[in-house]
Amino acid sequence: MMAETAESVGQDGALQVVMLRIGAETFALDAGMVREIIDPIPATRVAGARAHLASVVNVRGNVVPLADIRERFGMPQAVATRDTRFVVIEVAIDGDPVVVALVADKVFEVTEIQFGERQSVPKIGTSWRPEYIKTIVKFGEEFVIVPDVEKVLN
Amino acid sequence: MSSLDPIDIFRTEAAELLDCLEATLLDLGEKPDSTALIDTAFRALHTIKGSGAMFGFDRVAAFTHDFETAFDLVRQGKVPASVELVNVSLSAKDYIRMLIEDPDNTSAIIGEAVLDELKHLVAGEAPKPSAPPVASAPPAPQGTAVVSPGWRLGLVFEADILRNGTNPLALLDDLRDLGPCQVVPRLDGVSDLAALDPEALAIAWDITLNGDVSREAIEDVFVFVGDEVTLTLTPLDVEAAPAPEPEIATEAAPAALPAPAPDAAAPAAEARTGNRRPDDRPSATVRVEAGRLDELMDRVGELVIAQARLSQLAGLQTDVGIKSISEEIERLSARLRDTTMGIRMVPIGSLFGRFRRLVHDLSRDLGKPVDFITEGEETELDKTMIERLADPLVHLIRNAIDHGIEDPARRGAGTKGPTGRIVLAAEHVGAQVLVSVSDDGAGLDAARIRAKAEEKGLVAPGTPLTDQQIYQFLFAPGFSTAQEISALSGRGVGMDVVKKTIEGLRGSIDIATVPGAGTTVSLRLPLTLAIIEGLLIRVGEGRYVLPLSAVEECVELPAADRLTRGRDFLNIRGELVPFLRLRSLFGAEGEPDPHQKVIVIAAGDARIGLVADQIIGNHQTVIKSLSKLHANVTTFSGATILGDGTAALIIDVGQLVAGDGAERIQDFQEVA
Repeated sequence: MMAETAESVGQDGALQVVMLRIGAETFALDAGMVREIIDPIPATRVAGARAHLASVVNVRGNVVPLADIRERFGMPQAVATRDTRFVVIEVAIDGDPVVVALVADKVFEVTEIQFGERQSVPKIGTSWRPEYIKTIVKFGEEFVIVPDVEKVLN
Repeated sequence: MSSLDPIDIFRTEAAELLDCLEATLLDLGEKPDSTALIDTAFRALHTIKGSGAMFGFDRVAAFTHDFETAFDLVRQGKVPASVELVNVSLSAKDYIRMLIEDPDNTSAIIGEAVLDELKHLVAGEAPKPSAPPVASAPPAPQGTAVVSPGWRLGLVFEADILRNGTNPLALLDDLRDLGPCQVVPRLDGVSDLAALDPEALAIAWDITLNGDVSREAIEDVFVFVGDEVTLTLTPLDVEAAPAPEPEIATEAAPAALPAPAPDAAAPAAEARTGNRRPDDRPSATVRVEAGRLDELMDRVGELVIAQARLSQLAGLQTDVGIKSISEEIERLSARLRDTTMGIRMVPIGSLFGRFRRLVHDLSRDLGKPVDFITEGEETELDKTMIERLADPLVHLIRNAIDHGIEDPARRGAGTKGPTGRIVLAAEHVGAQVLVSVSDDGAGLDAARIRAKAEEKGLVAPGTPLTDQQIYQFLFAPGFSTAQEISALSGRGVGMDVVKKTIEGLRGSIDIATVPGAGTTVSLRLPLTLAIIEGLLIRVGEGRYVLPLSAVEECVELPAADRLTRGRDFLNIRGELVPFLRLRSLFGAEGEPDPHQKVIVIAAGDARIGLVADQIIGNHQTVIKSLSKLHANVTTFSGATILGDGTAALIIDVGQLVAGDGAERIQDFQEVA
């Protein structure tokens, strides 16, 4: 489903995204995968799970992983603030839809980004794993990261 | 949403009919002269043929027609239902199934071969095809003897027969084929035009049939209408004169009025329909998509969680009104939960039926005669569970016949008869279901299994092991003691899959064996996959659920064991029980509780203790599966939602105990 959205974007070059801040970076998530944005709720730690999926939360009666992708992008852990939100997204993991709550330090807005302003991911100047990033887009004066959510999570 | 594709409906119905046909054929193999069974098989065939043609499965219809033609000779009693015939009929049934499920990849050659064999058998065994029809229907033993020059028939159909797709006129045409008929409709049941229901049949018929026709021939015309018709038959020569006048209706009143008149022929007709009733009148059921039931179960699960939160809140209130409403809702939701779970329960007999064929075929292929006995078919289990049990049971039954039961020659030499015995049994034991497969074969050879395990490096030679521990090696991947690899078993694939599946269902597996007397493999399974009784415990800040069925007892941790002293065992009534500290296992923070508890859990023969900070109490646990992203976490089998809305993890007891065992085996290897 998401793949379709991404394909359809290519034609007119615009993509509906939810802009959010994690650590010092701004990320843009395809609005099609976002189910809802909720206030932080108590999480349950899962012993033995990978660091970026260390706990689970109850989202409308379902137990879903709480993903904190800071670790994947080499950012330090941070405590929740007044602006912290959980962005509930649905991603395809190996073809099956999986619901995940993503920790965001701040959620800005739903907006459109132009893929025409896409920048290629620089190979130098970042310690990020290249496969985590679909593309980097210029939005106003800022560079925003469009992550490959499936790869980041799995 | 609901699939109303007629092709799908036909497939489902045909699958049921084929199951029925298979069961009937297998029964027929045991009771070859049961007319009731032959009739049931024949009717199943006829329905498949009819609806197959209706939905465009022409090959199914054509093949079934030929099959039916051959089988008709059996029904007429011209050919006995021999074992060979049953076997060929079973292959024919398989071919029909293939034609329905995957018509494109099913070669017609198979069908022709099956038909040839069938025709050959039927022709070879029919003594004199031209001989007059032999009596086949015991309900009317005098039937064939009474051959009269004609019959007087009273024919009253059920009013809704048209809705069921039966055309009474076609039946009248069939009657006419038997001989010249005079048909007089009885119109007294017809109402005014305004009140007339065009879909209901209001007409009955009186028929005079002239001709040398047997009672069976007439009854056969109506064989597929079953008990939807009341047929009264009077031989013509009983009456003074054939009076072919419209007054027949009044004149032959006792014969024509169906309900109260116990006419001479009526009991015979009723006896026939009476035989059929159990099959034709299934209890009223509604076919519901399994997905909808799952959805319903999810909703009920959410309700149970919301209700738990409500009672927690109500407990803090002083308002009596709120408290009583909360209690009312608690009671209602518990009943709703039970009812919903009841909907998903299916008798396990539906699964057992499938194995009769397996045993029948295996016993033929291996040349080992086997009696297959099933017990406790009425035991109910969650539908999903039953579906997932099919494969493990196939493996176990195969193993029992292939490895368990000895060759007839060897059996004959001992005290046992040449025929082996496989018992498949199910029963409720508390909140669990016990399914067992037993054979009366040679039993397991612990020494041989041990030797094999040592050879495979699974255990160091000389390690002290109990027999039960040795049998557990049978579940190791790639483990087989069969000397020869057969098509059926010996490759060592299977038992590990069985174990995995059963553990996936939160069940356990036990093996009991007596050398020379047989082996019993018992599967212990929870009743449902959706909700379990749990024990809620606290470890550090986190709360966890243990399946209550695994909990044996709870004791306080002796003060001396508060801190580890290199060995973590408890002495419980003289028995040594190793224990795991959940705090360190889960990396809990904060100060441990001064009075820690040990929960002793059991899985199979192993008993281990789990040290927790606090035992909170019983908890109705609605199981939520963990996300695919947490597939690498093996310590937990799922999660649940607590009264305060937070998630708690369910500890996978089997995994903890087995993990412990695996480490021990590894230790042995390191020693070796």
